[in-house]
Amino acid sequence: MAKVTLEQIHKVYPNGFEAVTPSSFDIPDGEFVVLVGPSGCGKSTLLRMIAGLEDISSGNLSIGDRVVNDVDPADRNIAMVFQNYALYPHMTVAKNMGYGLKNRGVSKDEIAKKVQEAAEMLDLTKYLDRRPSQLSGGQRQRVAMGRAIVRNPDLFLFDEPLSNLDAKLRNQMRIEIRALQRRLGVTAIYVTHDQVEAMTMADRIIVLNEGRIEQIGTPTEIYENPASTFVAGFMGAPPMNLLKATVNGSGAAKVADGLEFDAPVTAEGDVLVGIRPEDLEPAEDGALQMDVQIVEELGANRLLHGLMGGQAFSVSVPKQQDTQAGEVRLRMKSGATHFFNPGTGRRL
Amino acid sequence: MTDITTDTPIATTPQAPKKRIKWNVVADHAVLILGSLFMLLPVVLAFTTASHDAVTIHREGLQLKMGDQLGTNFRLAMFEKGGFTETVDGMKMLTNSFILGIGFAVGKIIIGMTAAYAIVYFRLRFATFAFWIIFTTLLLPLEVRILPSYEVIQGLGLTNTYTGLIVPLIASATATFFFRQYFRSVPEELVEASRIDGAGPVKFFIDILVPLSRTMIAAMFIIMFVFGWNQYLWPTLITTEESFFTLVRGIKQIVISYTDAAIPEHGQALALAFVAIVPPVLVVIFFQNWFVKGLTESDK
Repeated sequence: MAKVTLEQIHKVYPNGFEAVTPSSFDIPDGEFVVLVGPSGCGKSTLLRMIAGLEDISSGNLSIGDRVVNDVDPADRNIAMVFQNYALYPHMTVAKNMGYGLKNRGVSKDEIAKKVQEAAEMLDLTKYLDRRPSQLSGGQRQRVAMGRAIVRNPDLFLFDEPLSNLDAKLRNQMRIEIRALQRRLGVTAIYVTHDQVEAMTMADRIIVLNEGRIEQIGTPTEIYENPASTFVAGFMGAPPMNLLKATVNGSGAAKVADGLEFDAPVTAEGDVLVGIRPEDLEPAEDGALQMDVQIVEELGANRLLHGLMGGQAFSVSVPKQQDTQAGEVRLRMKSGATHFFNPGTGRRL
Repeated sequence: MTDITTDTPIATTPQAPKKRIKWNVVADHAVLILGSLFMLLPVVLAFTTASHDAVTIHREGLQLKMGDQLGTNFRLAMFEKGGFTETVDGMKMLTNSFILGIGFAVGKIIIGMTAAYAIVYFRLRFATFAFWIIFTTLLLPLEVRILPSYEVIQGLGLTNTYTGLIVPLIASATATFFFRQYFRSVPEELVEASRIDGAGPVKFFIDILVPLSRTMIAAMFIIMFVFGWNQYLWPTLITTEESFFTLVRGIKQIVISYTDAAIPEHGQALALAFVAIVPPVLVVIFFQNWFVKGLTESDK
């Protein structure tokens, strides 16, 4: 168990591609941190640098109190779970889990004991003599977890571990992984492109885009106060609506005639008004008017897609609300409007 | 849409009981049967002819009927000390052939695997270049470089040794190529997982890569064993002592008569030829499952 510190970690590939711009953050002991972002945002590179599978171009990486830039992956006392599990196909489940211990010269009895403990924790005792090919996706995932646990690592690294599972299993494994990490109290860094996984699992989320850290914060902070249009659009499904508007001295952001929002004092000129789809509700006397073109049925709620002030807009309404395509009047539930600079994308 | 799906079964059921002769299937089988007969007949002929005594064969040529000398011919071919020095029998030649075949196959697999391992898994500056250099040696088979090869082996004093027989032939572009292709298809994550698990290069090779490649190794073993077993030119050149003769070579030795009066022992030669065919066939039969898996299986 250990804290992890990144100081100006930077990655430039030999071909000049800057995968990760100098990034710094601390992860306190026992925290579950999720790195989230679209593909190619550098989240996997960052994780692989922490694992020691990629060289760090510059900056300092510490695990515990030790700078580990030049330490071999095997000596960092970390464990990693890969997207395709990376189980050794020719070894039994027990051998797979014990291989790392065997390489460390742990005695056979000790290995057997630890493997047994991990197997019990993960409900794998029945499968210890099977090969990975004889297991289902979820069981393989558990074996990969088991391989990480038996090592008693200071740090868990997860590289999109659930993306090969079907949706139902993913939800279940999400909870299991989270529960396991809490129980063991081991610091964990989890990479995913799935914002739901990020929101549900993380103590803190780090949102990455094009090799840059866009925002670091708890799931609530990230959702309630996105630091940029990128974060606003990435976290939340459907994403936050962004309407183009202008503020001209009056303190109101005007999207179209008759469609204005109170703007913060710092806003001036062109702005983007962000509104979460669930922060609106239909109301007979609502001030906002929306032209609904498509209604998506999701069961628990409905998504209305259409135009507001001539711009694309989506609203999520509860299932009790009877809705049809056409003109709908809406009301803001709370004052949850967000304002962004359209040039930089930063929050105003 | 629904119309189509309900109509189809009605349309096809009446035709199902009618057995039509599928001519293309018949043609396929005819070609296959003819082909296998074409391949098998000489073997059958060798076997039946081997059951006659030398005089009959010499007088009447190849025999299709079984004669009564089968046991004798096989016994003489295998156990009678023959040749110029009267020291080598069929068993000795069989042993030599096995040593050559297995040494050749094992050597090629070890060299090929280690070369491919270096090329695929290590950041070598000229790895690709090295690979292509190795690959171009396919254009230079033994026959092309036989004089310099002989010169080197002779200079090292390795003529009439198993080392001299095997070592010059075991560098293999084919095996290197196949193992390279195979290693490249092994998921990158396995390497990374084993690095995190604390396996160094040697451990990864022995604990992970070799067991993973076992079907490929088996496939290579078959190809290389048969190839080595059938070597003729190099053994002829490098061994002059009869105690190093292989079966393939020894067959000819029996046919040569050492005295003008003697009739060549064709029966024994054919018996020996038959013995020479059997091991490669057995290897192929027993390993064919692995063979197909090794060359076609991509799921790891």
